[in-house]
Amino acid sequence: MKAIKHTGIVIFLIGLAIFTGTIFTGSFSLTSDELNTFINQKKYKSEIIKDELKKATVTSEDLNIFEFSSRVRAAYKASNDHYDAQIAKYNLEKNWDKKGEQYQYKIYGKPHTVSFELAKIAGKGYIKDNAGLVWWLTFGLGIIGALLFILPNYKLLGNAGIKNNGIYLESSTNRGFLAWLVLIYLVSFYLVLYFMPDYVVNWTFIFDPISKSLNGGPASQWFVYGFLYCALMLVMATRMYIKYRHNKYQILRTTSVLFFQIVFAFLIPEIMTSLNMPGYDFKNAFPLDYDFFFEWNLDSLKESGAIGLFILVWGIILTLVIVPVMVYFFGKRWYCSWVCGCGGLAETLGDPYRQHSNKSMKAWKLERWIIHFVLLFSLAMTAVTLYCYFTGTQSFLGINSQWIKDTYSFLIGAWFAGVIGTGFYPIFGNRVWCRFGCPLAAYLGLVQRFKSRFRITTNGGQCISCGNCSTYCEQGIDVRAYAQKGENIVRSSCVGCGICSAVCPRGVLKLENGPEEGRINPTDVLLGNDVDLMKLVNDK
Amino acid sequence: MEHIVIIGNGISGVTAARHIRKNSDKQITIVSAETDYFFSRTALMYVYMGHMKFEHTQPYESWFWKKNKIELKKGFVKTVDSKNKTLHFANGDTLQYDKLIIATGSKPNKFGWPGQELNGVMGMYHKQDLDNLEKYAPDNKACKRAVIVGGGLIGIELVEMLHSRNIPVTFLVREQSFWNGVLPKGESEMINREIKKNHIDLRLGVNLKEIKSDKNGNVKSIVIAETGEEIECNVVGLTAGVSPNVDFLKNSDLEIGSGVKVNRFLETNLKDIYAIGDCAEQHEVIGSRRSIEAVWYTGRMMGETLAQTICGNRIEYKPGHWFNSAKFIDIEYQTYGWVWAQTKENEARFYWEHKDGNKCIHLNYDKNTREFIGINNFGIRMRHDFFDRVLNEKRSVDYVLEHLADANFDPEFYTLHEAEIAAKFNKENNTNIQLKKKSWARIFSRA
Ligand SMILES: Cc1cc2nc3c(=O)[nH]c(=O)nc-3n(C[C@H](O)[C@H](O)[C@H](O)COP(=O)(O)OP(=O)(O)OC[C@H]3O[C@@H](n4cnc5c(N)ncnc54)[C@H](O)[C@@H]3O)c2cc1C
Ligand code: SF4
Repeated sequence: MKAIKHTGIVIFLIGLAIFTGTIFTGSFSLTSDELNTFINQKKYKSEIIKDELKKATVTSEDLNIFEFSSRVRAAYKASNDHYDAQIAKYNLEKNWDKKGEQYQYKIYGKPHTVSFELAKIAGKGYIKDNAGLVWWLTFGLGIIGALLFILPNYKLLGNAGIKNNGIYLESSTNRGFLAWLVLIYLVSFYLVLYFMPDYVVNWTFIFDPISKSLNGGPASQWFVYGFLYCALMLVMATRMYIKYRHNKYQILRTTSVLFFQIVFAFLIPEIMTSLNMPGYDFKNAFPLDYDFFFEWNLDSLKESGAIGLFILVWGIILTLVIVPVMVYFFGKRWYCSWVCGCGGLAETLGDPYRQHSNKSMKAWKLERWIIHFVLLFSLAMTAVTLYCYFTGTQSFLGINSQWIKDTYSFLIGAWFAGVIGTGFYPIFGNRVWCRFGCPLAAYLGLVQRFKSRFRITTNGGQCISCGNCSTYCEQGIDVRAYAQKGENIVRSSCVGCGICSAVCPRGVLKLENGPEEGRINPTDVLLGNDVDLMKLVNDK
Repeated sequence: MEHIVIIGNGISGVTAARHIRKNSDKQITIVSAETDYFFSRTALMYVYMGHMKFEHTQPYESWFWKKNKIELKKGFVKTVDSKNKTLHFANGDTLQYDKLIIATGSKPNKFGWPGQELNGVMGMYHKQDLDNLEKYAPDNKACKRAVIVGGGLIGIELVEMLHSRNIPVTFLVREQSFWNGVLPKGESEMINREIKKNHIDLRLGVNLKEIKSDKNGNVKSIVIAETGEEIECNVVGLTAGVSPNVDFLKNSDLEIGSGVKVNRFLETNLKDIYAIGDCAEQHEVIGSRRSIEAVWYTGRMMGETLAQTICGNRIEYKPGHWFNSAKFIDIEYQTYGWVWAQTKENEARFYWEHKDGNKCIHLNYDKNTREFIGINNFGIRMRHDFFDRVLNEKRSVDYVLEHLADANFDPEFYTLHEAEIAAKFNKENNTNIQLKKKSWARIFSRA
């Protein structure tokens, strides 16, 4: 069994190494025709970009993606610099007409993104020609290796039951060297994915055939990410199935997040795209889906006829009606740990790191400040966006619409949700984003705290203050602080993962939906003591 | 300002301190020789098993004590001078008190076995025992086998701990079946099976004769009294019960039996000195309880009660209905009311076991009045509230069976066995009990 496990990890690492290694392969160059088509498509007005790009990319040299990217970016910069110089010049001359004219020649957009688009056309090499084989050498080996690593746990963990043995004795789960390595890999992965997608264009070649068969088009970096996401969840869900095989709540919950990720977040949007509809994740609720009200999305929905209108109405109803009503009946768990994609990754890939959430009072205070700030930020951004959309202005109350959208997308969408939210799993736990950053979680949390039937019931006086529940709470709730007082846990941040209840060795905790009355039940003297004393102290 | 000094920072001492603080602004000092901060003794096992770090066993953050103006003093109290109301510490310090609460807990029993002081022999009670275990049994290379002596709750925990690090374990149990002084036959045998299922070398009905030493004073082997068999091992865990940790009081004026003798108000024979928790011994037993109750819950309840007395509302210690819980490797156990190992004259029993042999419930009731007396549930969680109310209201066993759905506390979606249980009961007793649907109104009603 141990041997299988070791073989598995080796195979996995080989797959991972090849996957990472593919980045450095292939060569990138364009023909004049390809370049012309591209430029015509883009409708660039700049008169020099064509020459610049031609110099940079139409070549018989053997450029790797990094060289190619830097040349392309230099070409765009050269073009933009040229017109900036013009602008400065006309500015000095106070030739406003001329100055104004120059702006149309400037090319906006992120340099790495245009570079990605060009690289997508320019790439050649083994990967592009052997996508299927390379898929097996990367994803195939990765998945097989990971499964070989995980499946023996069925025997190795011992009989079904809570087996957190060794979690704090092992480097990878106790913030050791391995954990830091994983962090560095994940953070680098997200940085590249979000900010330098052209560097990983080779990954998209692996997926072109799959993407074409699903949605008819070549794969973008988001397609790769979406597929990877599903694969990771699937593999790590098998780990959950083994680890919690005695616990039906965990089994069902894991199956549910897996289903919603694969079907709702991945397959349905792809199929919609293939049908020329806007690809939409029907479970992704605003304000987590922060660009739902962005102009481009509204425009695209408007242009998509009946389905677009349906999505628009659905999106609004989802946030305003379905989400809060479901939270009233079931708590925010129905979303955060049964449906949500971020939650889904956290509950599968992130499960080995759940113990790292900070349980201190300080962290709780910080959490409330930050998450409610993000909620306000997202609402303010949306208000500005919508105002500008309907009035056709650029800004509202002095806030520029483009600026606030860019800032939010960069800080919250990319850095918080991705780089920090997932990249920091191995050190800060698996729900950093959900706890501190997610505006939807903040909204659900307010409903859960003030108007919901959900609570974690504490079983009378049975708690022995052992601390397993608090340790394994991914949201950093000090569950024990409530349980040892005999008090139910009603907290806005609770995502109802049910692990506290699973790890409690004394059967103290139960997630329940019941009448609101008596849900919050502060107690001083616990059940089991003198009835009169309980009356005296608790009814005070 | 009155100075309340508490010796012992375990659950009883700390609970007393917290409640005194809630009700007064008296000066409070907690003294302990063991650790700087209160920790959960019951969680020591999880530290060794790697489920938690030691700091996770501490229920309060360190600012808590300052914020609540509870002073902490580390040191070992050597003597209590009750005439001058002064504590003398091992290091020469002294501390004056106005009222003294003794909450010094227990220590592991050692029955004078030859070799019980050797390196590698340990109990499992204090933080230091944990450190010792880590030293002598870090893995199965340093410790090729461990022998645990004494089949109680702490014994089986120590077995599970060592097992988690793949250290082979021999488990010597004096009784013919595990913990059968407390557990009825069905439950006890279920745990025997659970132990064996985990490949533990369980030896029933045997006693330890001696522990043998190698030439460096380390454990080499043990010898079983009944068979003379010698078993090689590197670690011996002595878990044959605990007794009150009161040796340092033997020369004081306090009345000491096994523990510090107290009356129902938790007062000792000396004015202004009280004792609570594991170390307190009741002059007369309360109900069916023991005179010394070495469990977490009773320590907490005594702390809650004594705080009232200290703060001027003198009340008796009047624990409610008995309840307890434990976990035997993977099988959780809870009990409410009383289910004795042996059925008493007036009692009738009902036992149901799941076909997989790892879940059961055992009901005890009065065979004449049918009044419910208690339940053992293994592998199924039950609601404390429900049974506390049933016992208060003196409900019948039939009522309990009808309302099993209200009583169940398993996580959502778990398979429920109520129908099977009721059917078995009906068949055996010729009754016609119909299950009622779970009702929140009943669960919440506070009669
Ligand atoms: C491994 C283990 C598992 C357990 N599991 C359970 C369980 O699951 N459920 C349950 O109900 N109970 C359980 N118990 C029993 C429970 O932990 C005890 O009943 C409870 O901790 C007793 O609390 P206490 O406050 O009376 O004393 P303690 O927790 O023993 O605290 C007494 C403190 O006083 C200190 N002290 C003693 N003498 C002196 C002195 N002279 N000077 C200074 N300090 C001194 C001691 O060092 C100690 O720190 C378990 C016990 C152990 C050891
Ligand atoms: S895990 Fe259970 S017994 Fe331990 S502190 Fe939490 S509620 Fe209490």
